[in-house]
Amino acid sequence: MTTQEWKFTAKEIANKPDLFLPGHRACAGCVPATVLKLVMKATRGPTIVTEATGCMEVVSSIYPYTSWATPWLHTAFETAAANASGIEAALKIMKKKGRISQEHVDVIAIAGDGGTFDIGFQALSGAVERGHDFLFLLYDNEAYMNTGIQRSSGTPHGAATTTSPAGSSVPGKLEYKKPLADIMIAHNMEYVATASPYYWRDLITKVRKGLEVEGPAFLHVFAPCPRGWRSNPAKSIEYSKLAVETCVFPIWEAVNGNYKLSSPSKLLSLAPQKKKPVSDYLKGQGRFRHMFKPENKALLDEVQNITDKRWKQLLKKCNLS
Amino acid sequence: MTSKNKNWKEIAPAGVCSKSSKSFLTGDWKTYTPIRDVKKCVRCLTCVIFCPDGAINWVPDKKDIEFDMSYCKGCGICANECPTKAITMKLE
Repeated sequence: MTTQEWKFTAKEIANKPDLFLPGHRACAGCVPATVLKLVMKATRGPTIVTEATGCMEVVSSIYPYTSWATPWLHTAFETAAANASGIEAALKIMKKKGRISQEHVDVIAIAGDGGTFDIGFQALSGAVERGHDFLFLLYDNEAYMNTGIQRSSGTPHGAATTTSPAGSSVPGKLEYKKPLADIMIAHNMEYVATASPYYWRDLITKVRKGLEVEGPAFLHVFAPCPRGWRSNPAKSIEYSKLAVETCVFPIWEAVNGNYKLSSPSKLLSLAPQKKKPVSDYLKGQGRFRHMFKPENKALLDEVQNITDKRWKQLLKKCNLS
Repeated sequence: MTSKNKNWKEIAPAGVCSKSSKSFLTGDWKTYTPIRDVKKCVRCLTCVIFCPDGAINWVPDKKDIEFDMSYCKGCGICANECPTKAITMKLE
């Protein structure tokens, strides 16, 4: 890997031409749009993007407009990874037959949490097992936002969605978030990482590392959605920072299965007193509003306990405890 | 097609988006407009990085940032993240 030498400044990133163009129809304060903009800034040459159905596919390709300044293919909800495998296989044979002049073409598959955690999972698992050279980017806004905020297996415990509404008998979603990045590591992948857009340098570096890996790479990016989370659009990026600071979404990377915390999370492991309580992250989000009622105190404590438990497990995996 | 009487209408190939979304201006969505205090701004480019709509650009010739109000949706991320609080949101 050569990314360690790739140093960049904010100016260089700002100067690089956008491949995800303005004029897309995402809601105001949409962080997945910021994520895609930053991800496309990390590309190193010719890149083909394939995207499963989801918010970012819909807002970026409303006929006859497209927000992509790079070859882009839309595919069905479940087949982002299968489509990427096909593109990669086609590129391989076309290069062999001398039909393309490019030395190397990167392939990025993009899907939301519904298209990765639930619907697209078997295609992803299959493509990784076959060892195709592509980067799978998951932007995780923690529910099916595009179709009207239904719960997905990426929705955290206790969150209210339209299919897991919080009321007097059920306090939001009862199940826990699926640890998908860990499941991907179990596929013996060379590169798996989680990232948060607030730490944008870390995000861009991780995208570049994922592209440089020969074989499949998986990147799980946290992406707050003000519409579905019923939060203030101006605070979207702030939530992506708070999620890391409260250890709800720690950021780390695993090269060949060896876990390593990235610096913002590493700092919290060295100075545990800086770790914030989860209530700092939960308050202000309408989907967790019911948790702050006196009768739901136990639920708030439970969320804190799960977060602490998962954080401790992660520290153990990183050999830090 | 064997029919001699052509009773269908030719349309553009479906599924190929041909126009850049840059020609679709989303600026009229906003209710709040960002106002920048040039004196407070330190040109750290935090707003350029975080803007979801690519509405804030770095102009190397001017050595300054420029707001493109034809795309700004007025979300207020730039005002919230600005380290020197140089941007304020004003109701239109």
